[in-house]
Amino acid sequence: MNGDPHVLLRVIAKFLIPLIALFAFYVQFHGEYGPGGGFQAGVILSASVILYSLIFGLNAAKRAFPPVLIRIGMSLGVLLYGGTGVLTWIQGGEFLNYSVLAHDAIHGQHWGIIAVELGVFATVTSVMLAIFYAFGSRQPSIEDQDW
Amino acid sequence: MSWLFEHGVAFAIVLPLLMAAAVAMLPRSRYLAWTVALAVVTAVTIAAIAVLLTQADAGEIVYRMGGWEPPYGISLRIDAVNAPILLLIAAMALASFLYAEPAVAAEIAPERRGPFYAALLLCVAGLMGMVVTGDAFNVFVFLEVSSISTYTLVAMGANRDRRALSAAFNYLILGSIGATFFVIGVGFLYAETGTLNMEDMRTILAAMEGGSRVSQVAFGFIVVGLGLKLALFPLHTWLPGAYAYSPTVVTAFLASTATKAALYLLYRFCFTVFDPSFDYVAVVLGYVVTGLAVTGMIFASLQAFFQTDVRRTLAFSSVAQVGYMLLGIGILTTAGLAGSYLHLINHAVIKGGLFLALGAMWYRFGITRTADLAGISKTMPVTTAAFTVLAFSLIGVPFTAGFVSKVALAEAAAERGWWWAVGVIMITSILALFYMGRIMMVAYFSDPPASCRRADGTVERREAPALMLIPMVGLAAVSVLIGMRGNVVLTHVSETAAQVLIPGAGL
Repeated sequence: MNGDPHVLLRVIAKFLIPLIALFAFYVQFHGEYGPGGGFQAGVILSASVILYSLIFGLNAAKRAFPPVLIRIGMSLGVLLYGGTGVLTWIQGGEFLNYSVLAHDAIHGQHWGIIAVELGVFATVTSVMLAIFYAFGSRQPSIEDQDW
Repeated sequence: MSWLFEHGVAFAIVLPLLMAAAVAMLPRSRYLAWTVALAVVTAVTIAAIAVLLTQADAGEIVYRMGGWEPPYGISLRIDAVNAPILLLIAAMALASFLYAEPAVAAEIAPERRGPFYAALLLCVAGLMGMVVTGDAFNVFVFLEVSSISTYTLVAMGANRDRRALSAAFNYLILGSIGATFFVIGVGFLYAETGTLNMEDMRTILAAMEGGSRVSQVAFGFIVVGLGLKLALFPLHTWLPGAYAYSPTVVTAFLASTATKAALYLLYRFCFTVFDPSFDYVAVVLGYVVTGLAVTGMIFASLQAFFQTDVRRTLAFSSVAQVGYMLLGIGILTTAGLAGSYLHLINHAVIKGGLFLALGAMWYRFGITRTADLAGISKTMPVTTAAFTVLAFSLIGVPFTAGFVSKVALAEAAAERGWWWAVGVIMITSILALFYMGRIMMVAYFSDPPASCRRADGTVERREAPALMLIPMVGLAAVSVLIGMRGNVVLTHVSETAAQVLIPGAGL
């Protein structure tokens, strides 16, 4: 047999990766009612990308999720979380008091936690990938004369 | 304006935290990140002043995060103890950020400048958060925010000196152990009291009359954990490396705020959460902490004398000065605590200014070794003058800030009958005279090297840029002002703070 020696791995990974990503979004949006939330969802989504890079190589993963995007994603998540708090300030409440976000307190709490969890999701996904890329693309060790 | 008075406490933490994320995304440019960061720190300083004014009016502010009632939700709590420290951190951040522009341009690679300012803003946010929060676990979170950003900041000195990497790693390991000890202590306290709110812990522990062995263990873990963070004598080994090799602006900022915020937490836990009337607290503070403080004052001063690098001399001197503040705690009277608090504020001003001046010398000539400072008073007269004033203040010459707080500490020790402590304060002040005097001697009475002379033999003046001079001269002026007149205000501030921590007169 000739061709790709990793064909089994690649076919199965291609089948699994979208399912893992889909499960991440399920955990994200169901986190309000069941176990889960932004942190777990972010880790699961980044796990799918990490699996992709293990099977298809780091460069392919970097093309799919460019490091520039990851750097922006890390900050955007924090800004989304904090921005929710700023919005509650503008609405006249305390910082992160979601109750003031909607016409009644219960809806406000719902909207607030959804926005905050999205922020957590973005930051956790980006940070996990940033750590993986940092370790994965480590430079070879420094030669003695470079010191 | 009234909004700032109401929400200023949260604003002072949230603004640097969010803007750190924004600054990290900014495009590469020499001035953009710095301008934004400086604007943020200015706004934070204004907020800190608003908080101080509100606190002076109301006595105590409790800010409910997310609208949840304490003790169930996280609350920020401001009283006479932390409002001045909040302003101190904000003001020192402002001084360091002013100085940062030329320094960072010289020390940090262009693509790292955005992340550098982001980390510095995160560090500000973490330190402010540690000081204002009323929730013991929240303290740990902010402690980690400030510590982790500090590790990266120290490591960024690698551009200038590769030893910064090992210093940062050393600090990372020891700092993480300290934070872990602290959180273990908080965990034990939670097991004992069932709450994380510090005010609530106080009432529950007081009702239990100190609680069982669990709270004794908790106290031990918390003191050791905070001791690592504030460089209590045998746990100070991370400090000289971290101060010596990090970028100059980071050194100045850390030396004036990081150990101070940890010391504030020690006040909080020793006197608000726990109480010296529990016998184990009194024993630990009166014997262990005092003993280590005094040993540290003497040994670190001696070590400072034998350093060849000025940065390391100043770093060991910081360890010795922390000893003074801990001695003030160990005296266990309101007067002692007031002296300790006063010395905390004064030392932040003094050491911040000294490191700024030293950083300016590095900026111009790339020198930090004592021997290389030869004749610096002729080439950089203003910087050297500021350095000299602050050095006198560190020694405790009359009419400077250091004198006021050392006298306050010595008086408190004498009142308690600890004459030996007065002696130790005298001896270490004389040691400070020696180790700072040695630097002064070289700076004033040696000739500048030939490379600083023009063709006709006159010395060429190469003063630091204005952005560096303004903060360091400002801090030198503040330290003289405190010594001349300001001690009326500051003594009042420190005595009010001590009264809040130890109601009555203490022992």
